[in-house]
Amino acid sequence: MTLRPPFFTIALLSSAMLAYEILLMRLFSIIQWHHFAYMIISLALLGFGASGTFVSIFRKVLFKHFSIAFLMNIGLFAVSSVCCFLLAQSIPFNPDEILWDKQQPLRLLGIYLLLALPFFFAANAIALALTYFHDRIARIYAFDLIGAGIGSLGIVALLFFTMPLQALVIIACIGLMAAAVATWELNIKARGWVFAALAITGTGLIFLDARSELQISPYKELSQMLRISGTEVVSEHSSPLGLLSVLHSHTIPLRHAPGLSLNASGEPPAQVAVFTDGGGMTAITHETGKPEDYAYLDQITSAAPFHLFQPKQVLVLGAGGGSSILQARYHAVPQIDAVELNPQLIKLLREDYADYTGHLLNTENIRLHPGEARGFVTGTSTQYDLIEVALLDSFAASSAGLYALNESYLYTVEALQAMLKKLQPDGYLVITRWIKLPPRDTLKLFATAVDALKNMGVENPGQQLLFLRSWQTGTLLIKNSAVTQEEITALKKFTNDRSFDLAWYPGIQPDEANQFNQLAEPYFHQAAAAILSDEREAFFKRYKFSLQPATDDRPHFFHFFKWSVLPEILSLRDKGGLPLLEGGYLVLVATLAQAIIASVVLILLPLFFTRKEKQPANPVNKGWVMVYFISVGLAFLFIEIAFIQKFILFLHHPLYAVALVLTAFLIFAGLGSSFSWRLVQGDYYQHAITIAVTGIIVLGFLYIFFMETVFAHFISLSMAIKIPLTLLMIAPLAFFMGMPFPLALAKLGDIAPNMIPWAWGVNGCASVVSAVLATLLAISIGFNAVIFSALVLYGLAWLSFPEKRIANIQ
Amino acid sequence: MRFLKFGLQLLCGIFFLTFLTAASIAADDPDPYAKKRAAMINVIEQDVRAGYVALEEGELDDEVTKALGRVPRHKFIPQHLRQAAYQNRPLPIGHGQTISQPYIVAIMTHLLHVDKNDRVLEIGTGSGYQVAVLAELVKKVYSIEIIEPLGKQAENLLQRLGYENIELAIGDGYYGWEEHAPFDAIIVTAAASHIPPPLIKQLKPGGRMLIPVGSRFMVQELLLVQKSASGAVTTRQMLPVAFVPLTGKH
Repeated sequence: MTLRPPFFTIALLSSAMLAYEILLMRLFSIIQWHHFAYMIISLALLGFGASGTFVSIFRKVLFKHFSIAFLMNIGLFAVSSVCCFLLAQSIPFNPDEILWDKQQPLRLLGIYLLLALPFFFAANAIALALTYFHDRIARIYAFDLIGAGIGSLGIVALLFFTMPLQALVIIACIGLMAAAVATWELNIKARGWVFAALAITGTGLIFLDARSELQISPYKELSQMLRISGTEVVSEHSSPLGLLSVLHSHTIPLRHAPGLSLNASGEPPAQVAVFTDGGGMTAITHETGKPEDYAYLDQITSAAPFHLFQPKQVLVLGAGGGSSILQARYHAVPQIDAVELNPQLIKLLREDYADYTGHLLNTENIRLHPGEARGFVTGTSTQYDLIEVALLDSFAASSAGLYALNESYLYTVEALQAMLKKLQPDGYLVITRWIKLPPRDTLKLFATAVDALKNMGVENPGQQLLFLRSWQTGTLLIKNSAVTQEEITALKKFTNDRSFDLAWYPGIQPDEANQFNQLAEPYFHQAAAAILSDEREAFFKRYKFSLQPATDDRPHFFHFFKWSVLPEILSLRDKGGLPLLEGGYLVLVATLAQAIIASVVLILLPLFFTRKEKQPANPVNKGWVMVYFISVGLAFLFIEIAFIQKFILFLHHPLYAVALVLTAFLIFAGLGSSFSWRLVQGDYYQHAITIAVTGIIVLGFLYIFFMETVFAHFISLSMAIKIPLTLLMIAPLAFFMGMPFPLALAKLGDIAPNMIPWAWGVNGCASVVSAVLATLLAISIGFNAVIFSALVLYGLAWLSFPEKRIANIQ
Repeated sequence: MRFLKFGLQLLCGIFFLTFLTAASIAADDPDPYAKKRAAMINVIEQDVRAGYVALEEGELDDEVTKALGRVPRHKFIPQHLRQAAYQNRPLPIGHGQTISQPYIVAIMTHLLHVDKNDRVLEIGTGSGYQVAVLAELVKKVYSIEIIEPLGKQAENLLQRLGYENIELAIGDGYYGWEEHAPFDAIIVTAAASHIPPPLIKQLKPGGRMLIPVGSRFMVQELLLVQKSASGAVTTRQMLPVAFVPLTGKH
């Protein structure tokens, strides 16, 4: 009896696998740190590449028992998805010790290998199906993509309703369901027994999962806090944006007041701590009814603008636990608007801690807007007196350079311009950042402000800037017009009273800049003066950290690393020099290096094992096949990742943009793949690949040149219009992008079916490398250039399409 | 017969005593770590001489290096990590805490500019190593630890090592130790969102407070708070390393 391809099994398995990938990222961001989570999951995804290698080598045995092998791999995916994570999290890996402790790299390797297993099993099943039913490749691949699209959307929804560990077992159960569907699709005879085995496995996994807990690194902020007696986590709230943990400290007050003046005498009222993924603490402050209890909020650098003028309408970007709102209230601002991205944090403030905060957010003159800051600024029609970008990330994460891979659309030149446009003519934009040594963030911010002002036609930006610092925080004030002498006098009094230093005001003398918080040299002032002068570029070149302003095309504000300084820092390793390393970027580079090395091994291994096999009469040039699948693998993710970034800016919500763009790409690519099947029916390969590549290149160039214009036109409209527009823009491009991979696989199915699993593996490896490479490229050349590179790669793919080579050989 | 019994008892007694003495010599005298400790100090001194700019003197205070030479660092480290005790690196000591890199301990101790008649306060006892080093140099050290098991562990160890000029407490260090204030020097190794104002108050005019800023394994910067004779407070922010962010002319 001939088997029919298990389309629905593939779709279900694929959705579980993609959901698992996104969930693992969440889980590891909670127990470890985000950038290591990224590295671990990237490398685990090489399980895809390994599956190609495995199926290539053991093809004959696997085909002999296809149904069992297919079913077993799905079952193993389900079991390993839960077990491997639980095992991996119990490995005591500590990234901080990696350069000292020889065991740490081994532990890391152990984690990679464990987590690669679930992907390996799932990808085995898909590779087997693609090879076994090679005449139906395009349709199978279509189901694979559409399933993945549904999975990416599904996990976002799931994380709103379940805790991350519960989501883990749900995904495993979806895997088991896929196995159950497979028994039906593949007409397996002993179905009853298989069902029973699946049910027992599922029960076992649920039991195991229910008894497990997340093992958060002992060095994360939350773990550290829990060491103190009298502290407990009273509630946890999961969402795709992060796991919020609310901590009460019963015996020792939290006293969260970063940047407090050395001359301050009071301390904050009682507070409750809220951690995101075990870090990034923000405090919810108790309402005492006594305004003087909040005087500490006047003792930090961000209070400066309130001493220069009396703003009537203030906008706080990033409400967090509400301390910036309290600061504005302390300074008697009549109308306060605030924006907060995380709806669960808003719920905490509005509902759970409404009494505790004295119904702060239910006060008439305080409005909290759920949403993303940049989007709110773009959309609002209000002109504010003061816009404040709050300091929400933690010093620990910031100082270790952990954000290097993160894009931020809040600290770009265009973002500052957008904010300045929403200010009254005499209004101020105020941004506070942590002070790091040697100075980084605040200087880049200063340079960004200078560029924003210049772009807005200000001839002398220095006249509109004020810059002050404590030992801990630095605050930049950007005025919409020239700063007045009265304001400078008021600022000097403010800083003197609090022992803060001035780094810049129009007319500042160098000896004023290093009085209370002394550095070896007045670095902040020197840098500010250099950035405003003609020798700015020379200064940037000389400085040992990258200070070039971030833009919307290169939104990596937190990227400060320069290769030229690496040898010097490494030579200072034993002399306390390691913290100078901007870890995040190097982790990215290390990820890429490991991924490339592992990929080369995985790609070459099958060639070694199959070298003795008899060559078919009509050999296919393996080199060109490799070039083709590498190009397509790299290009697909280049475009997908660049588009996610572009649409974050358009849709103004990182989470929804990622979910929507990813789902749209996968589903429309799935439809494209399905359509390519029709073309293949008539053996029009060459014709089809030409259409696909031409479509991609033409549309790609259109987007590079016109996307920003389209965005500018529609950006202020409601989501009801922007979401369909997003789908409309992605659909045609994704449709064409879904075609090259299955077209070439189908062609291989015709001329060299044995090569299908290998090509699948090559593509899997290239996809892993691509995701990391895209980010590295975006950091140095920008997202438009990443899209352009992808188009070049598609061109290369067209040139190396298997059929073309065959023709040449013949 | 009685003589024989007495003789045997005597023999046993002598044998037992000899055994005890031999055992105690074996436990006390040969310090298997002495060489490693000397080597560690050598490395630290070289690193400092190689150009750590923030020390105006150019090299470590002799008294500080001597103190480091006297404190058995390996005893402050969990058994399974002892072989790394004298390597120039921070080590985990359990409870999510670490013992600082010896190089950083040396520099911090030096920067405190302590004198043998000084009274010093430490917030964050941790392993107790820093207290022990300070106790070698000053009249009295007070130290407060917030994590109870860690505080008790340090207390036991320091008692066993025979330090008599150390007083430990378990609890919240935010308000310092009013009873023994003011202090000539204060060192704050516990993470806090800001410098507790009560600690600044408990610093003597002319006194120095040192705060390492950063993560458990990596000190980003050293913050030195100085109180002038008139009571004015300033900070000096230093890197723990010789690194100048600007090169060439500026």
